[in-house]
Formats: sequence, structure tokens, C-alpha cells
Amino acid sequence: MSSAVLVESIKGSMQAEGRSVSRDFWQCRDLLMMLTWRDITIRYKQSIMGFLWAVLMPVLVVGSGLIVMVAFSVMSGKAINKSDVLAIAVKSVPWAFVVSAIRFATNSLTANKELVTKIYFPREILPIASVLASLFDFAIATGVLTIILCVTRVGISVYCLWVPVLLFLIIVLTTALSLLLACANLFFRDVKYLVEVFLTYGIFMVPVFYSASRMGKYGILLLLNPVGPLLDSLSTIIVGHRAPSLPWVGYSAAWAFGGLVISWLIFRKAERLFAESI
Amino acid sequence: MTTGIEFEGVWKKFSRGEKFDSLRDLIPSMTNWLFSADQRTKLQKKEFWAVQDVSFKVGRGDSLGIIGPNGSGKSTTLKLLSGILQPDKGSLRVRGRLGALIELGAGFHPDLTGRENIYLNGTILGMNKAEIKSKFDEIVEFSELKEFLDTPVKRYSSGMYARLGFSVAAHVDPDVLIVDEVLSVGDYHFQQRCFEKMKEFVRKGTSLVFVSHNMTAISTLCKNALLLQKGETIYYGGVSQAVQAYHSFYDDKTASDHIELLDVRLKGSDGVARDVFQPGERATFEVTLKALHPLRDAHPGLMIHTLEGQCVFVTATSRLLKKRLNLEQGETAEVEFCLDLNLQGSVFALGFTVTPELEHKDQWLYYNPNLRKFVMTDEHKSQGFVFLNPSAELSVNTV
Repeated sequence: MSSAVLVESIKGSMQAEGRSVSRDFWQCRDLLMMLTWRDITIRYKQSIMGFLWAVLMPVLVVGSGLIVMVAFSVMSGKAINKSDVLAIAVKSVPWAFVVSAIRFATNSLTANKELVTKIYFPREILPIASVLASLFDFAIATGVLTIILCVTRVGISVYCLWVPVLLFLIIVLTTALSLLLACANLFFRDVKYLVEVFLTYGIFMVPVFYSASRMGKYGILLLLNPVGPLLDSLSTIIVGHRAPSLPWVGYSAAWAFGGLVISWLIFRKAERLFAESI
Repeated sequence: MTTGIEFEGVWKKFSRGEKFDSLRDLIPSMTNWLFSADQRTKLQKKEFWAVQDVSFKVGRGDSLGIIGPNGSGKSTTLKLLSGILQPDKGSLRVRGRLGALIELGAGFHPDLTGRENIYLNGTILGMNKAEIKSKFDEIVEFSELKEFLDTPVKRYSSGMYARLGFSVAAHVDPDVLIVDEVLSVGDYHFQQRCFEKMKEFVRKGTSLVFVSHNMTAISTLCKNALLLQKGETIYYGGVSQAVQAYHSFYDDKTASDHIELLDVRLKGSDGVARDVFQPGERATFEVTLKALHPLRDAHPGLMIHTLEGQCVFVTATSRLLKKRLNLEQGETAEVEFCLDLNLQGSVFALGFTVTPELEHKDQWLYYNPNLRKFVMTDEHKSQGFVFLNPSAELSVNTV
């Protein structure tokens, strides 16, 4: 075949239907639910502790937070009070969700190689199902946390109406990152190691163990990470009974939605190469 | 809306060996990508066309078989059709609901039970929950795995796995069904039922694309066939011609460095050379061969295949004689086989081989499974391709 003919037919390929069987994302919601259900079921099959695992992870985070806090109080000479401990708990549960969702989603495409190379469906379903499966654990942990908050009589304020908004933003932000990382990990396996390192040490880069205000003028650095303001706002609302800082929530929201749009576009663009590059 | 497939001048390239797997390799490939035009339509280093300018059409209720040797682009074509891969050039259109059986039970999770996997796999294949629920009993019945429904599929045998996979897939009710060589597992009985199911689909108006190495299956199921080799279309048209072309292109591999056939004769019981025989007739097959290299302890062999590629009969002089063939370069020899042609009602391919002394697999000095075709007439006493010289008697028992 001569090259002249090759160039001539490029046009045809550009006009070719990108997706021969374009099943809309919405049409695949059954599949999304099914894969989420699968991920949840598998995680707890053949495990003795079962759903207790969903609580264990945040408990561990709170535990290590307490140790950090004791160290702080010894150095600064200030006593630990109840609200500080509760603030850590309030921030640990969503943080545990972010970590588990991202860890799980990063591997979601490579772990389902069979599906990616053998059956066609919109691939974004895989990382999103991973996020939803982690959300299930998050719901259990949140339930437990709510009981604890009630028992400790932390009280309620009108600002608690902000909580669903903030949780929603955390989920959107996590989904955006998950799509991007899952896609990147499919092409470069380095990504999962990088992600692992960041997730392990990430706890020190977000205001979970301490509030951003404690860092004085450097506190702003903690909040630049878009997860930071959301976690900080959660404890401000639930434990502090104060309104969140609107500019910072807006900042995180911009990251969340902007990130979601961009990573979805990248994902869609790269999707055509998944089956041959995995 | 008419359902079906249009595949127009589709090209797809793959690269040999590893692409880039880590960030370190990314930089050179990115620079390459930035500075060279025509990324998608020109071949880079290590790349090759897996599918080249392939076109075909499958209408409603039509069936197309795709045949060709390994690595000819059959599965790639199916993956392009199902949307798993994207073409580099050309266009393809699939109208209607697509069911793709690229691999049975892909998407099964080993830790889930058969029941759970039916739901999971069904959804992956495009059914919704209510649909699966309504067809659940049918699926289970078809798979004949009722008592293993609550066993995790990791404990299934590969045959059971395939059975469950096909059963789910067979109930998707697709407008366009794509089946890769997936029926090689499973017992004969189940394979037959799968064929029946596929035939039923075609009767109902499904467009079928079927890849197989089993020429009998292709000939029974498909009206048309596409013969591929190294991604190129060799033949596209009626299935019988395609199957013949498929066989004849194994003829091309007969050139041997070791042996040249000078003459090939097939004679009937009357000593006359011909290629049509009566069932049960004693025939003689004679070959004159010339050694192009010295031959040590070689033994010639004979084989008979159906045109669909099924082996009917194989023998070799090593099993019939103690004598071996020793020839110097340029010497010639005569080989003669006599056999009772207990075959009937079909065309058969006669093959000839020469193997070295030690039976190294795939080390043929000469190999041609399709040297000659011969026709066996039909006596109408029986059916099937074997002639067992039947006779019968009837008598009524008096009480």
C-alpha cells in the first residue's frame, strides 16, 4: 500500500465513529451498582472481621492522631481536651475514605484486566465503582462516629447543614483523583507506588491530627491541598459549632469540579488505548 | 432500524514487544510523538498492521465466519467490532444491541458463587437486573449447573465455567452476536447445544460473526466467510469457497528443502488413476520422490482429512514396515500405500508426509496435508463420512 493512499484515508478514520456501541454512562448504572456490589462483597468474603474492617481503619488513624496529640501537649504544656480528640475523629473518618478510595481506584483498571481487554463498557465505571465501594465503608464508619458524637454530647448547630455539602465535595474530589490515577496507572505502573507513598505520608500534609490554625502563618500551606479546607471545615462545624470559611470551601469546590471535568476528559481521551496498553 | 455490521476499510496496528511501562521510557516516546506527524496512520519502529484494509458487511439474519491461521487478525477484528479496540483508520458501524463472546466467563469473579456471577456477568454483558431476574431460571437450566449454583466459581472446572459463561451470554438476546473460538471447551453435548442456540439466533434475525478453527462449525453456521492472513483479506465470499481457500493455502507451505515430489498417483482397484472412488474400494497411492539432501532413516506417511480439517486417518511406513528410507542426494524412491477407502459421500483431502527417524514434533522433512482431493461417492445405504459396510436383517418373533 503506497503512502499516498494512507494519507488519503486519514480523513475517514477521523470521522469514524469513536464508539461503535455507545452505551451511555447513565444506561450503565446497573453495571455500576453491580460492580460496586461486587467490590464490597469480595472485600469481605472469606474474612473473619467482615464489616468491622470498615471501622478499624479510622480507629487506627484516630489512635495515631492521639499519640501525635499527646506529644504536642507534652511539648506545649497544654492539656488535651475532649473537643480536640473529637476533632481528630471527625477528620479521620473522611480521610480514611479518601485514602481507601484512591488506593483502590488506582488499581481498579489493572486489577480488572480481563474486563478491560475482553468486554466493552464505559471504563470509568471501574474506578467509580471502587470509590462507591469505599463509600460504603465510609457510611458504616460515619454511622459509628455519629453514635460516638451523640454519646459524647458534642451538640448540634445550624451549621451542621453544611456537612452533606462538604462530604459531597470530598466525594467529588476523590472521584476526580481516582479517574486520573486509575488511567495513569494503566499506562505507567510507577503511579501506584507513588500513590502508595503519598497516601502513607499524606496524613501529615492535611490538617487531620492538628488544625490549620495551629500552624500559625504556615497553616495556609496545609489548606492549599484541596482536601485540607474540607476536613478543617468539618471539624469547625461539628465540634466548633462555627460556620466554615467560605472562600476556602469555594477553593476546594473549584478543585473538585474543575478536577472532575478535566480528569474525565483525559480519561475519555485515553480510553481508546486501554485495551492495547494495559 | 435495520441491525447489522458494516466494516469498511479498517486498519489496526499493534506494536511488537513492550511499549513503555514506566515513566523513564515516556520521555523519548513523547518527544517522538511531538515531532513526528501521521502518528496514527504510519508505522513506527516495531509496529505492524494487525488488520489491514478489511471490509465486510453482515446484515440482519446473516452470518459471517472469520477463518485464518493463528495471528491472522481474527480476534483483533472481533475486538474492533465490540469496541474494545479502536481502529487506526477506516470506519465500522454496529447497529443494534451487541453481544460479544470474546472469552466465556470473562468478568466472572472467582470468589463469587455461580448465582452471583450470573447477575454480575449478565450486567457486564449489557442486561439490566430485571431482565436477568426474568431469565434467571432459563440461564440456570441451559447451563445444567443447578446444584452448583451456590458454589464459588473458583471451584468450577473449566468446562463448567464455560457452560455458565455461554449460558449467560446466550440469554442477552443480541441483535449482533460476536463469538470467538470459545466453544472448544465443554463436552460434545454442550457444544451441540451452543450451536443450536447460535443457529436459533440467526433464524431469529441476529447478525452473527463467528471465529473458529473448526471448519465444520463454520460451514454449518455461516453463509459467508472471511479468510484472513496476516491481517489481510485473502478471500471474502461464500463459505465453501472460503473453506477451500483456507485449505489450499496450506498447500503453499509444501515447498521442502529436503524432498521434491516428482509424481503422485492415486489408483482405483482396477489400476486406473482417478479421483472418484466407491465406498470400500481398495485404492493405491503412489509417490515418486527425490532427495534434495541425504535422507537417513526417514519414513513417509499418509493422512486423510475432511475438507473441514478433521483428521480421518493417519498412517506411516514406520507403523507398517521395518524398512526405513535412506537416500543420497539426488536419488529417487517409490512409496506405495494400499488402503480400503471405507469412506463415503464427501470430498476428502489426501496428505503426504516424510518424517525423520526420531519423531520430532513439527520437524517434517515434507508435510502437505492437502496434496490431492478425492471424492467418495454415496451409496445411499448410510450417512456419515465413514463407510462401515452395513447389512441388516428383520425377523418377527413368534410367541
